[in-house]
Amino acid sequence: MSAHESSSEVHAVGSTRLFVMVWVWLAVITFIEVFLAYERLRPALMLTLLVVLSLVKAALIVSYFMHLKYEKISLALLLIPSTIFCICMIIIFFMPDGARLMQMRLGH
Amino acid sequence: MAEMKTAVGVPVSSPWGGGGSPFAINSKKFGMWLFIVSDTLTFSALLLAYSYSRLANPNWPRPFEIYPAIAKSTSMTLILLASSLTMVLGVAAAHRNDRAKTVRWLLLTALGGVAFTVLHLTEWVNLFHEGYTPWSTPQGVPLFGATFFGITGLHMTHVSIGVIYLIIMAYGYGKGKFTSDDVEVSGLYWHFVDLVWMFVFPMIYLMSVSLAG
Repeated sequence: MSAHESSSEVHAVGSTRLFVMVWVWLAVITFIEVFLAYERLRPALMLTLLVVLSLVKAALIVSYFMHLKYEKISLALLLIPSTIFCICMIIIFFMPDGARLMQMRLGH
Repeated sequence: MAEMKTAVGVPVSSPWGGGGSPFAINSKKFGMWLFIVSDTLTFSALLLAYSYSRLANPNWPRPFEIYPAIAKSTSMTLILLASSLTMVLGVAAAHRNDRAKTVRWLLLTALGGVAFTVLHLTEWVNLFHEGYTPWSTPQGVPLFGATFFGITGLHMTHVSIGVIYLIIMAYGYGKGKFTSDDVEVSGLYWHFVDLVWMFVFPMIYLMSVSLAG
């Protein structure tokens, strides 16, 4: 990956067949999600499962369609951990009081 | 980056010296990636707030019937995914310097975006007729309307801007005003819009399917 010296040389990676396969997988996961939606699960469990499946789809899109898999590894190391860190910070800030309010609201 | 120099042409010793590109991508592409990170955080905050509202309200409305809402939103998902595929093929054609094909793929991608937006707007109109607005619902849970129209509306705005971006890109690239790198940067934006929908669709639509009957 790091062997690429200029940005215009990096692009020849990924065939039409690979992109179609990625698309097929994304469609399959979409149908799994739709199927899952009709299972009568607890909302929190349902939401967790759907978000996990969506993260898999996001990873496929970022790696192949957005080409990040074929860029220098330093780019992915800059972008992804910092994004995850900020999202964790949002959760850490709001989760404790959010959980307290939810308990008051749902009354148990 | 074969020969590292600063903007005024002074050679530098390392990529960190100010002249080179440490990530081996051009600055427009890097700029788009930074925009995508900031927009990811915007949508993350909205979707986290929505998730909390959804879980904290046991009587959350479930208005989405299999037909038309779920059938339509699933088709919209597949259309948006397909438009990502045509975008990828457009970028590949641009890197082969095949201008005619690139323009065709870009316009096809924009067409996917238009189809998505039109379907989504008919879906909105259905909901308006059923009494759902951004500030009220028949069940008396205004948070449903606020989060649904707020998040899908912001996403639809992104799609519309993307369609305009792609049409300008197709026109300009066809005329030779833009390079294949510019096409790739517009592709990054388009895939990101697709990626956001991959979260909006299950979290908003599939969490509110009608289970009656």
